[in-house]
Amino acid sequence: MFNQDRWKEILQVLTTNWFRTILTAFGVFWGIFILILLLSAGKGLENGIRSNFGDIATNTMFTWTQKATKAYKGLPKDRIYYYTTDDVPALWNNIDGLRYVSPRNQSGGFNGGGNVVRGLKTGAFSIYGDYPEIIKQQPMDITSGRFINQLDIDQKRKVAIIGLDVRKSLYDKDEEVLGTYIKINNVNFMVIGTYKKSENNGRGEAQKEIYTPFTTFSQVFNRGNDIGWMAITAVDGTPITDIKEQIFTLLKERHRIHPEDNRAIGHFDLYEEFSRVQRLFGALRFIGYFVGILVLLSGVIGVSNIMLIVVKERTKEIGIRRALGESPWSIKKQILMESIFLTIISGMAGIVMGALTIYGVNYLLDANGPIPMFVNPSVNLGVVTVALIILIVSGLFAGFIPANSAIKVRPIEALRTE
Amino acid sequence: MIEIKDLHKSYKMGSNSLHVLKGLNFNIEEGELVAIMGSSGSGKSTLLNILGMLDELDEGSYTLDGVPIKNLNETKAAEYRNKFLGFIFQSFNLINYKTALENVALPLYYQGVSRKERQEKALKYLEQVGLKEWAGHLPSELSGGQKQRVAIARALAAEPKVLMADEPTGALDSKTSYEVMDLIQKINDDGNTILVVTHEPDIADMCKRIVHLKDGVIVEDKKVDQVRASQYV
Repeated sequence: MFNQDRWKEILQVLTTNWFRTILTAFGVFWGIFILILLLSAGKGLENGIRSNFGDIATNTMFTWTQKATKAYKGLPKDRIYYYTTDDVPALWNNIDGLRYVSPRNQSGGFNGGGNVVRGLKTGAFSIYGDYPEIIKQQPMDITSGRFINQLDIDQKRKVAIIGLDVRKSLYDKDEEVLGTYIKINNVNFMVIGTYKKSENNGRGEAQKEIYTPFTTFSQVFNRGNDIGWMAITAVDGTPITDIKEQIFTLLKERHRIHPEDNRAIGHFDLYEEFSRVQRLFGALRFIGYFVGILVLLSGVIGVSNIMLIVVKERTKEIGIRRALGESPWSIKKQILMESIFLTIISGMAGIVMGALTIYGVNYLLDANGPIPMFVNPSVNLGVVTVALIILIVSGLFAGFIPANSAIKVRPIEALRTE
Repeated sequence: MIEIKDLHKSYKMGSNSLHVLKGLNFNIEEGELVAIMGSSGSGKSTLLNILGMLDELDEGSYTLDGVPIKNLNETKAAEYRNKFLGFIFQSFNLINYKTALENVALPLYYQGVSRKERQEKALKYLEQVGLKEWAGHLPSELSGGQKQRVAIARALAAEPKVLMADEPTGALDSKTSYEVMDLIQKINDDGNTILVVTHEPDIADMCKRIVHLKDGVIVEDKKVDQVRASQYV
């Protein structure tokens, strides 16, 4: 393999006809270049969409109550009902495979006015009553202080964790936040933490939220035992989509909803959405590989073609070498190595060129600000390794037919002069 | 050195077959310089190809230095060619992108000789044919006679049992031809067995024995008084 003479010869042969070698190499170069670009563009799109999901636990479903649309057990239709705090232990006791069940209450937000006041400043924000687990379902960075804990829940403390944008509109830039008080719907809460969410690249509604302990929220804002909605996460390996029907059946039973009254329960299945997106990326990646490899294939056929011509041109030389005693396998190896060498060198050039292009695109994206749905196009080492393996295999493939035809020529025929 | 018994060879040409060699018998001893003569179509090239293991015989036996040459696969044939035979061709058949030195070193490379030793040996043989100064030149930079001398050095490099020359002077003018023959004679003087295929009587006369082929049979096999080529040079 690392035989100086063999390599020298490979270089001698490939450099005899520079123009042809480069044209041939270009086919492979272009194929791998396109493959890398397609895969990285797919990755960029995937990164873009994923960043919209942020770090949310994706095996999660949200469910809330709507109006009963069927009369059942003597109760009329169009009845309004709410989930209650008793539903939570009931779910834990009857459904297997649950990881987190977070009852939530909410006020403000979409229909809220100026509900939060601090001194002379006011703002309209979404106020949540939450359990500590919610931070595991909808991760956020606690930038200062802490999040809600169990003591807050037990003692119904009037504390609040505020978002980045809440801080911006209620506080001056360098003002100390922790330990200060804000008035939410005329009730004083002490600010004990600030957070930042990574969803939508840290912009938008996600930063305009205030978290308070669930029990405090229920009591202060008169919710009693009612729950606005629930965020339910299943354990890894059990898709929430598979167990959500059990959950609905249980909830319907508990609230005397007709078993077929599907409109009485509202839900949003994040896992299903996420899987759909996931499948889309799978398809995109498949298309990337498919198109890339086809383009590469035409390059490889080009190499094979040229190698055939080279073998034809060198028929006589091969005959001489065999007359001098070179074994057929050695000749075959020579042709195969020339082909693999040519393929790999041009493929490497393609990979480098692809990487430079991606680098350039990333640079432009950084310089000109983000484009929606497209973040950090890139290829990982795995893809490059796969590309290299494809190259070696295709080099072998490209050299195989020419190498075989090279040793098929009998030396006596190759030597027959004029 | 070479023993041929009842050698037959025919070629299939479409539906009819062409019987080229019709039962040849002859021996060549070590150190002989034999000319195989005959007009075109007499079968002399076919004979050389069979002796050179480039072609297979149909019937009869061929023994080279005590080794029966039979049913060789290509790898084995290549090994035997490398070990036993040195070829000199009419059209020199040097590899045109390799220098004279590399060309001469080629058979040694196939023997697995180390790079350094290869170069030393190749240089030695180039010196023997008087082309040491031309070692780094490509074949395209050499004259016809020089090319043939490089080819002879290459044939010698592997230290073969037998040298086989197929019309070695066919592409050369008479002065250069004599120079090449002079070289071949000197190599023979050193004890090497050499077989020369030629159709030129004056070249044949420079050998020690002439085997005359006609229509696939040996019509004449005689020892001759060698004419030294040096007197023409």
